[in-house]
Amino acid sequence: MASKNIDLRRFPGFLPLTYLCLFLLYTPLIIVMIYSFNDSASITRWDSLSLRWYREVFFGVEAPKFRTATYNSVTIALLAATSATIIATMAATAMLRSGKFRGKSASFGLINLPLMVPEIVTAVATLIFFSAIGFTAGYLTIVLAHIVFCIPFAYLPIAARMQGIEETFEQAAQDLYATRFQTFRLILLPLMYPGILSGFLLAFIISLDDFIITNFVKGAGVETLPTAIYGAVRQGIKPNIMAISTLLLVVSVVFVTLSYFVGRMGDKKQ
Amino acid sequence: MAAGPQPTPNSSTSTYAGFGVPLILPAWVIIGFFLVLPVGIMMVYSFLTKEFRGGVIWEFSLSAYDQFFFYRGLFGDEAPTIEWTYIIIFWRSIWQAAVATLFCLFIGFPTAWFIATRTGRNRSIWLFLITIPYWVNLLIRTISMKFLIRDNGPMNELLINSGLISEPIHIINTNLAVQLGLFYSYLPFMVLPIYAAVERYNFALSEAAADLYASRTVILTQIILPTVKPGIIAGCILVFVPSLGAFLAPDLLGGAKNFMIGSLIEEQFKGAAGNWPFGAAASMILLSMVLVVLTLYARQQTREQG
Repeated sequence: MASKNIDLRRFPGFLPLTYLCLFLLYTPLIIVMIYSFNDSASITRWDSLSLRWYREVFFGVEAPKFRTATYNSVTIALLAATSATIIATMAATAMLRSGKFRGKSASFGLINLPLMVPEIVTAVATLIFFSAIGFTAGYLTIVLAHIVFCIPFAYLPIAARMQGIEETFEQAAQDLYATRFQTFRLILLPLMYPGILSGFLLAFIISLDDFIITNFVKGAGVETLPTAIYGAVRQGIKPNIMAISTLLLVVSVVFVTLSYFVGRMGDKKQ
Repeated sequence: MAAGPQPTPNSSTSTYAGFGVPLILPAWVIIGFFLVLPVGIMMVYSFLTKEFRGGVIWEFSLSAYDQFFFYRGLFGDEAPTIEWTYIIIFWRSIWQAAVATLFCLFIGFPTAWFIATRTGRNRSIWLFLITIPYWVNLLIRTISMKFLIRDNGPMNELLINSGLISEPIHIINTNLAVQLGLFYSYLPFMVLPIYAAVERYNFALSEAAADLYASRTVILTQIILPTVKPGIIAGCILVFVPSLGAFLAPDLLGGAKNFMIGSLIEEQFKGAAGNWPFGAAASMILLSMVLVVLTLYARQQTREQG
């Protein structure tokens, strides 16, 4: 009976399992962060705290290689995320603000298609495609491949945001003889801003994160940070890899946190 | 009929009515040209003859699929028997993905439940904590896992120093290591859809059941689980599908003995084995398996809604 006053939201064992979940998610990352500050040249023995491997990353023998890879990764992510965000914003406007049009239901499937095809299959297909049309694999092929899988990630927060904005604002603007372009630029876009930024940041991280597809379409010579790290790790995990990993980890966390707060900031304003 | 009278705009007309096609066009062009068309070409390639230095000869051939399913002796002149090598690799991938999915469900369901029963700010903080690791580079997460569970890694060191074990637990390069890696890669995919389902769960149902003297176990298995089932199924698919074609976890944690589909395919394009039609055929088979899973899921969903 309800008067027995048992909390039906609680189940014995669920709380420990939740803590176990957090523990499993964070332990490997925290351990790598700790060991990146290890002075020892061996990854198995703990010596003392030092920034030795961070110096190694920035100024060591392999520094130029990783610097180029970082430059490639960041510029590719910027290009891919910007293109994907523009395409996704247009697509969201079509899906949510343009009434019915031909191929609308198919469009929804198409936008989400990159999420459904396994990454390795996309990688193979893209490699074969560029080879078949005689396109030399390199920087441009990576950017094109990245735009494709960034689109659904940019689309999700943008569409979610647009769904939450009532169309009455735009209708009011139209009633006051604003052109469609003015309505878009002066009404929808400012309201959409948090969604667009959040979509851009997610696309940026997804692009920065990608290994498999990049590895297939990069061709010889062009390396991104993940492919460079993977290449280095093949011979075993070295301490400088842990320093790079820690740096990249911090960058990702900062970006996601930004994206999260940007998304919420807009919610409160309304 | 095209040049009929202009329809009078009704009051609920959309702002950009009529612009749907040009607005959606860039998405169609990019995804169509760089994903749909490539998958089509990949299918064509799977029916071509292999070129030994990589690439293909434009001659129709079923040999890629034949090689996948049949063994015809060293010189290809024996009566075909079933070739088990690749079937076993696919079977292992299905098994590994399934075990990883179960791990994720076992940990993910209680976590999702716990988060969904928090209130306000607490809930968003918990959600945030669970999703953050997902945004950390997958390669780095896999390397971290490898670093942690190595024979002489921090985990074993801690266990030996604390006197719990005397010999290191050997996990790396075993099936378990791959399962752990996959679990670690996709856990948030299990938590989020279940969380969304539990959040919508009406606790009046639990109360009604409790009033009728249902035990906790009965409430959980007879009422809660059936109600949040769509979330559980969605979570399982979101973990199972990417696990099936995963490359990094089996490659870095599994070693040569625990080959999965992803590595098999990669080897055809990157490694010494270099057989593009065969790699394309294996990709086609993987893609069809995923499409079957997704179609079954879509059908089940429409059946439940209809």
